[in-house]
Amino acid sequence: MELMGQQQTGRMNGALLLEARHITHLYQARGGEARGSRPPVVLEDVSLQIHAGELVALLGPSGSGKSTLLRILAGLIRPTQGEVLVHGQRLLGPTPSCAMVFQNFALFPWLTVLQNVELGLQALGLPRLQRLKRALAVIDMIGLDGFEEAYPKELSGGMRQRVGFARALAVEPELLLLDEPFSALDVLTAANLRRELLRLWTEGQIPTRAMLLVTHNIDEAVSMADRLLILGADPGHIRAEVRGLPREQRQPHQPAYAHLVELLYRLMTSPDEDGSALLEAREPALLRRGKPRSARPYQLLPHVAPADIIGLLELVQAKGGRAELSELGRALQLELDELLPLVDAADLLQLARPEEGKLVLTAVGQQLAEADVQEEKRLFRQQALARVALLRRIAEDLATAPDGRVEEERYLERLREHFSEEEAEAQLQTIVEWGRYAEIFTYLEEEGVFVREAEEEQGKSAAAGSQTTSS
Amino acid sequence: MARILSTQPLLQQPMRRQPGRRRWSWLFDVIGGGSFLLIVCALLVLAAARWSAPLTPVVTLSLSPLALPLYAGYSLLRMLLAYGLALLFTLLYGHVAATHRQAERVLIPLLDVLQSIPILSFLPAAVLALVAAFPHSNLGLELASILLIFTSQVWNMTFSFYHSVLTLPRDLTEVCRLLRLRPWQRFLTLELPASLIGLVWNSLMSWAGGWFFLMAAEQFTLGAQSFRLPGLGSYLQLAADRGDLGALALGLLTLIGLIVALDVCLWRPLVAWAERFKLEEQAEVAPPRSVVLELLRASSVLRWLRRRLGRPLWEAFTMVLNRLQPLPTMQEIPATTTAGWKRRMRVGVRRGMTGLVLTLLGLLVGWVLWQGGQLLLQVPAATWGRLLLATGATWLRTLAALAIGVLWTVPVGVAIGLSPRWSRRLQALVQIVASIPATALFPALLAVLLALPGSLSLAAILLMLLGTQWYVLFNVIAGAMAIPRDLLEAAALFEVKGWRRWRTLILPAIFPFLVTGLITASGGAWNASIVSELVQFHGETFQTFGLGAEIAAAAAAGNYSVLLAGTLLMAAAVVLLNRLIWKRLYRLAEQRYRLA
Repeated sequence: MELMGQQQTGRMNGALLLEARHITHLYQARGGEARGSRPPVVLEDVSLQIHAGELVALLGPSGSGKSTLLRILAGLIRPTQGEVLVHGQRLLGPTPSCAMVFQNFALFPWLTVLQNVELGLQALGLPRLQRLKRALAVIDMIGLDGFEEAYPKELSGGMRQRVGFARALAVEPELLLLDEPFSALDVLTAANLRRELLRLWTEGQIPTRAMLLVTHNIDEAVSMADRLLILGADPGHIRAEVRGLPREQRQPHQPAYAHLVELLYRLMTSPDEDGSALLEAREPALLRRGKPRSARPYQLLPHVAPADIIGLLELVQAKGGRAELSELGRALQLELDELLPLVDAADLLQLARPEEGKLVLTAVGQQLAEADVQEEKRLFRQQALARVALLRRIAEDLATAPDGRVEEERYLERLREHFSEEEAEAQLQTIVEWGRYAEIFTYLEEEGVFVREAEEEQGKSAAAGSQTTSS
Repeated sequence: MARILSTQPLLQQPMRRQPGRRRWSWLFDVIGGGSFLLIVCALLVLAAARWSAPLTPVVTLSLSPLALPLYAGYSLLRMLLAYGLALLFTLLYGHVAATHRQAERVLIPLLDVLQSIPILSFLPAAVLALVAAFPHSNLGLELASILLIFTSQVWNMTFSFYHSVLTLPRDLTEVCRLLRLRPWQRFLTLELPASLIGLVWNSLMSWAGGWFFLMAAEQFTLGAQSFRLPGLGSYLQLAADRGDLGALALGLLTLIGLIVALDVCLWRPLVAWAERFKLEEQAEVAPPRSVVLELLRASSVLRWLRRRLGRPLWEAFTMVLNRLQPLPTMQEIPATTTAGWKRRMRVGVRRGMTGLVLTLLGLLVGWVLWQGGQLLLQVPAATWGRLLLATGATWLRTLAALAIGVLWTVPVGVAIGLSPRWSRRLQALVQIVASIPATALFPALLAVLLALPGSLSLAAILLMLLGTQWYVLFNVIAGAMAIPRDLLEAAALFEVKGWRRWRTLILPAIFPFLVTGLITASGGAWNASIVSELVQFHGETFQTFGLGAEIAAAAAAGNYSVLLAGTLLMAAAVVLLNRLIWKRLYRLAEQRYRLA
């Protein structure tokens, strides 16, 4: 991996706190041994450095392994290959120099706010008074005073996450790891908490020397980060590394801000393109280019409902057949990790394709957006059979099966060779949903079999039973 | 999909308390604290006097009402000690099984088998070994009795704890690792609290189970020798044997009084307190409450004790624990340094110890298997045939008991569960009624039942029913309460009424709960067969054909080979039924009828 643009800002010249070298991680089943002949790769050759004084954002779609990466850096998971160095020493487990804030707060419901914050200090073996003093100081700083004796369930989401921050900060970590800490909060609370964290950070009120923020929210990343790492999926890898905006330009109305947001949107909505080519236009921003992803070994379906894809197409059609992606996200109130799979699916079915940050409908896509229900289904079936290998296979198998029935296990087995157990199940779920919608087959959940559409009459009663279940 | 502003409630309203309560709390402190100290002292004196006395296998009991408090004290003490033992066992066994994968593979199937062994099958081993260990005092005999009660209490608690630890939320376990909590800290801040609600409810069930088998644990025959310990169970048995109805009624009243007192002073407060350990972070609408708990919380004496005594002691204790479990170092220690050597030595020693323990365990298991095999070889083929037939008979009886249970508990339970008013009022009552042991009522009922056609054969079904119907009832009530309001309203709107309402809404909705209740009830019914198929009444022994009777008779006659064969058959029957029928039904219930 080549480093580009070695000139760095003053803040980034801090000491090297943490370094990950060539991390590759394979999915591990609970039993310890990976299933199937080729265990799925979660992360592939990821290297990164975190220096004192910087806030780094890790931006990636779901499936890019960003949570796994964060847990590897925290010492919670040991990578299959590669190593993590903290101050030049190999990381073998969680260290006191790292603390983490969780997406869903991860508070102990039976402990009061004070006890939750004290928890890490207890582990350090500090005497009671000292513990109390430090915990109260953090609680005071983070704006929780008055709530010391409250239990988490009495607090609103925003206050709960403050407890999460207080607990992490109480142990005075050098590096604060943030696992989508604002994504479970409503918009206003999230903005408020973000601002306050930044204030504590820039005013140097907390001893934390660096932060790593995992997020899928582009605005959040651009408004907070000094440096952005963009991850790609399947397997997770670093697509590009981008310098953040200077602080004074991190306001939505600044042209540079809008430009960077749009750029990142484009980058993230075109997962197959060479990321750095897009970024070349803003040369000084690009710090590093990742190598382009190796070809996908097996088709991966995004987990979205057909009705949502069609809804997206109709919206784009209403906007004249092409629409800015960032605009679509706002119109649909969809976070990036919700919008991206939809775009992916539309692209996969050749109903629309992302083009320079815009989504453009194909001819079939336009036809579909204007069709009635039956025509919608017909077109969807046509595209699905043409583009989704597994659906085509199932249809072929059903056509040749003497009794018009095929076991799901046959396909699951195959999927398990390429994906983790959960992902294989999820893939099959999506296949079922698409196939049912396209009327390619009927699926009996309890028996786990696909049934040919014509055969449906005989299995009608059973199918009726399974439909009540799935609703 | 869209994330809209959430309107979460800000601070929850504080719980309303009666204003007068705080003013009178000093009175509670005096009375409550005084009686607590008194009871503890009395139990200690009882224990010391009884345990150190020379061995008397059969005590002469007095049926006078004045003796009742003393006997109640003995029984309570046994129950408390057995429960303490069960709790200790649960925490150790459950923790090891849930955290060590290799141990789990052995411990959990073993637990499955152990819980299906009826308590009388533990009798010979427990009594013979412990009485032999303390030949000159009552200690051995008492311990044997406690051990028997223990075996009727412990298994469901262990399963519950194991399951809770296994399903801890991933977030919280990660926090523990990140904050580098020591194992003891993790145990106290995560494992124990997260499993507390399950543990409390299972403790309630275990106490009911303990009372159920109290009579069997206080009076038993082993071959030529009879044993009788002073206690409520033996008192009731004797009163029934002599046909002294007055004494029987008094004994029953004492037992019920004891159960109610325990419920008010121990279980209700515990249940209300355990609310805090719910894993969902939403505040509940109407959490269970307990007057005693509120008094305890308001008590200034307790607060003072906690601050002055509890806290310093706890600090000292944690210091010791922290010394014992130092934090692991983060660096790799090179093997060449002295520290590295020490580490390797320690690892080596630990490995050696594990190996030794495993070898010893293996030898023990081998010996037990060998001895067991020898015993089983003595059982003639004809006896095996009879035992198999008896298993079938008992199975039919358990099925009959379950069927009757379902027939009455489903309508009643649904009626209670669907009416918020009745469910609130009746639940406490039903809980108390459920924990009154059917075995204690049985002697009174026997007089009537033995006169009926079929005599004990049918009466045994009734006893099984009395012992196990509550599990079904509880679960049906819970299931009915869990039916979503909107489904009920939809049914009313579309005029789904009568049988159609039952078939399309109520039965499917309570099905998962019903199956859960039936699984517990089925195990309980098998276990109850040993006290219901063979009973002593008016100095006579009544017996009917069934596996429970075979086991009870074999234990009483000291016929160990038949006892072992019968026990194995029962364990096999229970485990097989669980695997073949109940687990499948449960899976079906989970898949199709779970209202999530």
